[in-house]
Amino acid sequence: MPKKGKMEVDTERCKGCYLCISVCPVKCIEKSETFSKTGYYPAKYKGDGCIACLSCTKICPDLAIKVYEL
Amino acid sequence: MKLLNEKPKSLLDVKMHYCPGCGHGIVHRLVAEVMDELNIRERTIFVAPVGCSVFADIYFNCDTIQGPHGRGPAIATGIKRSKPETIVISYQGDGDLASIGMAEIVHAAARNENITVIFINNAIYGMTGGQMAPTTLIGQKSTTTVYGRDPRVNGYPIRVCEILSSLEGTRYAERTTVHNVAGVVKTKNAIKKAIKNQVDGIGFSIVEILSMCPTNWGMTNNPSQATKYIEDQMVRIFPPGVYKDVK
Amino acid sequence: MKMLMKGNEALAEGAIRAGCRFFAGYPITPQNEVPEYMSWRLLEVGGSFIQAESEVAAINMIFGAASTGIRSMTSSSSPGISLKQEGISYCAGADLPFLIANVMRGGPGLGNIAGAQGDYFQATRGGGHGDYRLFVMAPNGVQEMADFPYYCYEVAFKYRVPAMILADGIIGQMMESIEWRTPEVDVKNLKEPDWAIGVNNGREKRRITSYDLREGMLEKMVLERVKRYKEIEEKEVRYEEIMIDDAEIVIVAYGTSARVSHSVVKMAREKGIKAGLFRPITLWPYPKKRLFEIADRVKKFLVVEMSLGQMLEDVKLSLNGKGDVYFYGRPGGSIITVEEVFDYLNKITKKGVRDYETVK
Repeated sequence: MPKKGKMEVDTERCKGCYLCISVCPVKCIEKSETFSKTGYYPAKYKGDGCIACLSCTKICPDLAIKVYEL
Repeated sequence: MKLLNEKPKSLLDVKMHYCPGCGHGIVHRLVAEVMDELNIRERTIFVAPVGCSVFADIYFNCDTIQGPHGRGPAIATGIKRSKPETIVISYQGDGDLASIGMAEIVHAAARNENITVIFINNAIYGMTGGQMAPTTLIGQKSTTTVYGRDPRVNGYPIRVCEILSSLEGTRYAERTTVHNVAGVVKTKNAIKKAIKNQVDGIGFSIVEILSMCPTNWGMTNNPSQATKYIEDQMVRIFPPGVYKDVK
Repeated sequence: MKMLMKGNEALAEGAIRAGCRFFAGYPITPQNEVPEYMSWRLLEVGGSFIQAESEVAAINMIFGAASTGIRSMTSSSSPGISLKQEGISYCAGADLPFLIANVMRGGPGLGNIAGAQGDYFQATRGGGHGDYRLFVMAPNGVQEMADFPYYCYEVAFKYRVPAMILADGIIGQMMESIEWRTPEVDVKNLKEPDWAIGVNNGREKRRITSYDLREGMLEKMVLERVKRYKEIEEKEVRYEEIMIDDAEIVIVAYGTSARVSHSVVKMAREKGIKAGLFRPITLWPYPKKRLFEIADRVKKFLVVEMSLGQMLEDVKLSLNGKGDVYFYGRPGGSIITVEEVFDYLNKITKKGVRDYETVK
């Protein structure tokens, strides 16, 4: 039974590199349509599907992602 | 709801200045996690180089020193021999370590200095705007090799792990990548081993990490594409693996 | 109890007595005895010696060692000191105290291995980049080689500045009998400075750094350092005066040139010329105030240097036009003799021309 999780992007830290999107095995992360205070289009949790594998947190260079286990 | 990833205590809670998709941020975090896990934060001294990571001395939550280009291994030697109880990490880029610092790294390894070197190899000069590095690949474009690196003019890339592992003083040399999650995991394990070697008094240990530089590889509009350059090109010239592992 | 020692060895032993416990250096003539002596003597006192792969590596090892608060030292000779300039600038910019010795040789370039005084500019005007100063002392013989490390470390650690002993190959190689006059420092009693990096045991992290990119902040950093430089200029000037009180012509010289000039003054007095010797001991801070005072009464000065005239400029700056400044010097490591200086002194006592200089 895969875990149920939730990933959360800190839009003040995210620089829109999308490494997280490229490594997410369940493709539950997308690019945001609105830009942040720092001028990037941050990554954004689609809202559903996260399995708390922590791949995104491992690759994120900016400590911009928190992953919770539900 | 349980938070699964805490921020490492060994990093200060500040935003890092690196470009989107740069490998430095990943490796900083891994080093900090290892410092936490080995419980050495309070006795670690971090030696910051010249290059994009010159500001690393602001990010790490331990005593730091920022020194001249390429001299990290010599600075680390001076610190370690004066305060052997500290854990000294020299963090360097490819210009710092393999260009101007080539003598210092070779001799620190030859002397088997009990220090840990973290070597970020992104095959380009970042801070100064994208010039050729000693590790730039043949055919790779840079601001000083606009038609691509030509061996007739610029020779061949330098393989640091291979060179250092030929020295008797080197105890541990491993090359890893941070272009995918598997690489990140291998990198963390290598960093942990390299630092633990210092804690255990085993001796000179270096981890060479193939890292992304989207900005100077001309991939600013799609940083995550930089991982392909490592996967398709760099690992063929700089094969990941353990080059030396002795007591 | 007197000991017969070679200049370079007295310097090394003096540094150890003054608390030096880390030395990094590289072989270069005429100072090789310094690292050679350190290589076995430091081990005896529980210190650390390393023959670095280059002078550049050595100064960077000092940068690291000094940052831990330990009393450290490096030494070299002219071309090697050139190599160290970036590292010295970094140390100055990071406010790190340490001792560096330059046993000068003929230059420029590879030059020769004879004693010379051609690095005065390098020592007192940089010679690395940026706005900084070194505390510079110039010994005139083996006794002062033995004494000066103590004073250098005291000033260096009090004001957080690098300190340099500027000697020449003659002083480095000569042997004289000396006494140990300065206190022997017990390093166990030395308190670790409150800026030193090391095991941090729960305190705030410390940064050893020489940069600040934020607007206006580097200027602030440098101006704070200048306050300490001004204090050094007020309190740490040293010089020696010989037969100045009734002198009509004063020779200004340091190091080996001063020894020669001392003999010249004695010879001159025998021949009825009222000559005196003013010997700066600290080259930075330069004893400009005292020289200016002397010029109230003395109107003729003869600067003697084993160079094309480098300290000459500081004498002129100090006198600010108050008196005639003559110069006698020989570059390229040639030894100045008592006879040739006396001949020149003799000539100029008869002269009334302002500001006449010559180089043989």
